[in-house]
Amino acid sequence: MKNSKPHKIRWSFIIFFIPVALWLFLLIVFPHLELLKMSFTGTDFYGKSGFTLENYGEFFKEPIYWRTFARTALYSIFVTFIVLVISLPVTFYITKIAKIKSQGFLTILVLIPFWVSELIRVYGWIILLRESGVINKFLLKIGIFKVPHEMLYNDITMVMGLVYTSMLFMIVPIIGVMESLDDALIEAAYDLGAKKTTIWRKIIIPYVTPGIMSGSIIVFMLVLGSYLTPKLMGGKNALWFTEQIYNSMIIYFNWNQGAAFGFLLLLLSSLIIFVALKVTRQDFKEVVK
Amino acid sequence: MQIALSVKNLTKKFGDFTAVNNISFEVEDGKFFSILGPSGCGKTTLLRMIAGFHKPTSGIIEIREKNVLEVEPNKRPVNLVFQNLALFPMMNVFENIAFGLRRRGEKGPEVDKKVNVMLERVGLPGYGKKQINQLSGGQKQRIAIARALVLDPTVLLLDEPLGALDAKLREHMKVELKKLQVEVGTTFVYITHDQSEAMVMSDYVAVMNSGHFEQLDTPQNLYSNPASSFVAQFVGNNNKFIVGLKKDESGNFYATTPEGGQFLLSEPFDLQDQGTFEMYVRPEAMIINPSQGNKAINELNADVKAILFDGGNSRLLVVPENSKQELIVALPQNHQFDYIKAKDKIRVGWYPESAVCFKKSEEKIYEEL
Repeated sequence: MKNSKPHKIRWSFIIFFIPVALWLFLLIVFPHLELLKMSFTGTDFYGKSGFTLENYGEFFKEPIYWRTFARTALYSIFVTFIVLVISLPVTFYITKIAKIKSQGFLTILVLIPFWVSELIRVYGWIILLRESGVINKFLLKIGIFKVPHEMLYNDITMVMGLVYTSMLFMIVPIIGVMESLDDALIEAAYDLGAKKTTIWRKIIIPYVTPGIMSGSIIVFMLVLGSYLTPKLMGGKNALWFTEQIYNSMIIYFNWNQGAAFGFLLLLLSSLIIFVALKVTRQDFKEVVK
Repeated sequence: MQIALSVKNLTKKFGDFTAVNNISFEVEDGKFFSILGPSGCGKTTLLRMIAGFHKPTSGIIEIREKNVLEVEPNKRPVNLVFQNLALFPMMNVFENIAFGLRRRGEKGPEVDKKVNVMLERVGLPGYGKKQINQLSGGQKQRIAIARALVLDPTVLLLDEPLGALDAKLREHMKVELKKLQVEVGTTFVYITHDQSEAMVMSDYVAVMNSGHFEQLDTPQNLYSNPASSFVAQFVGNNNKFIVGLKKDESGNFYATTPEGGQFLLSEPFDLQDQGTFEMYVRPEAMIINPSQGNKAINELNADVKAILFDGGNSRLLVVPENSKQELIVALPQNHQFDYIKAKDKIRVGWYPESAVCFKKSEEKIYEEL
């Protein structure tokens, strides 16, 4: 049987689709293909370029690379976890305990810091924490410190900065889900003999898991790919893998090496998100909805 | 008989507003007790105080003669079936019912057995594996009740659980719920705004209005001997006459209408406080065209305005002579009155015992009354 019905050309669809397709292709797919090609390219002793696995091999041969890589991954997971632990009570307070009138106000309080750029926010922290900063001066004055302490440039400060810069992206998705949680479910669990911890474990967290997962994915990717905060607050001792990419490409001008590192980072984030979704038995479609 | 639940002088204030005003009552073990009242009368607040979700401003709540005011909801021997049921969507039917048992630390085959017995009891054997969103309204209803009953509470509290069901299913569930209560023998405290639900299922009904009980009685007594004008209007249907009272030489009391009607009353009244009274006569107590010459019957002439056919619940809408007030008269569907057509003139009568009379009250339950 022949399908004789001619397909009508949907011009409106084409007009709206072209910019999206161009954007996706020119800015995302095309550069990545180029980087992928680059990452498998190397120049030999005589200056001739050709296919090589050397760029990836370098990563495994040189301990500083894969150690930074593992450190970045573990710290990103850790930061995501800390952000989650802080966000759950905050969202619960905003959606369930605060009066309806103050809910909007509280949400805006969470949002306001994100009206200024990440750079300014990080400098804010630096002003507070540096050796001659506000906190040091205050503690010296009230006599807790005898001499000023350098509070910047260590892992704890860096984690704090990363938690601070990514908090919003966890709170907003969880608020969305938590709002639809019927208060009666919490009361019913309480009535049936559950303790407060059990209510969190059995009712609230399972209910908001889609929100937790979408928040975690965003926060994890933001932290994993962040550059400014680890560089400015972590200092020299706290290497982040994005810095390795930057160093390869800009300092050593080895774009092939940087491209390989970039792809390893992409692989890592995809893998961790995939595992996290499998472990929590969440559907990706459900999470991004 | 042991007292399952005893409430003494219970009051709850929200700011200046008194939601529950000095209420006392007792419920015997194994009884079906209903609290009937219009929305906003404070019945939900009362129930939530018994469950433990609100702290009373003053008063005492005792369960099996033990004061439970300081006991948290998760430790009280009462369970609540919520208005919207509040089944846990993240668990299947089995886990929903087992939730309370597991919180008590029960494990393994014991839980399995109890849950399965409960599912059988509510008529849904083998439903354990189903998800909540796979159930119909009536099934969810039963699971919510099963989830509370499986814990074997001293008192089961039900907060209008039939409200969300459609009319047909609600009729069915009324009978089911009553049968279930008789079977398990648990004390039920049921709140509703639907007088038919309260009457059909309950051993005792408390009629509640703006924070206090108007009357606590058996359904039969509520219907035939309402204690106040509110109860007369809220329970069942009633025709209201605005009347004055007078007493004749032989000591009989009469209600007189502004239109000049005069109706014998069966009870004496204290005529000290003069003023307006309200007389109530039920539509089903009205006799259409009573036999002539029966002196004991109060009679009035009326025009049939419309026949409101509704099967077994059919009624006549009539307007008495020289009056604008509409009355409702029950119309039995036994062909006896098939001759009555709209715009006919008929006589309507009732025995004095069928009428009740109260001092005119200021409060209104419905805007149109």
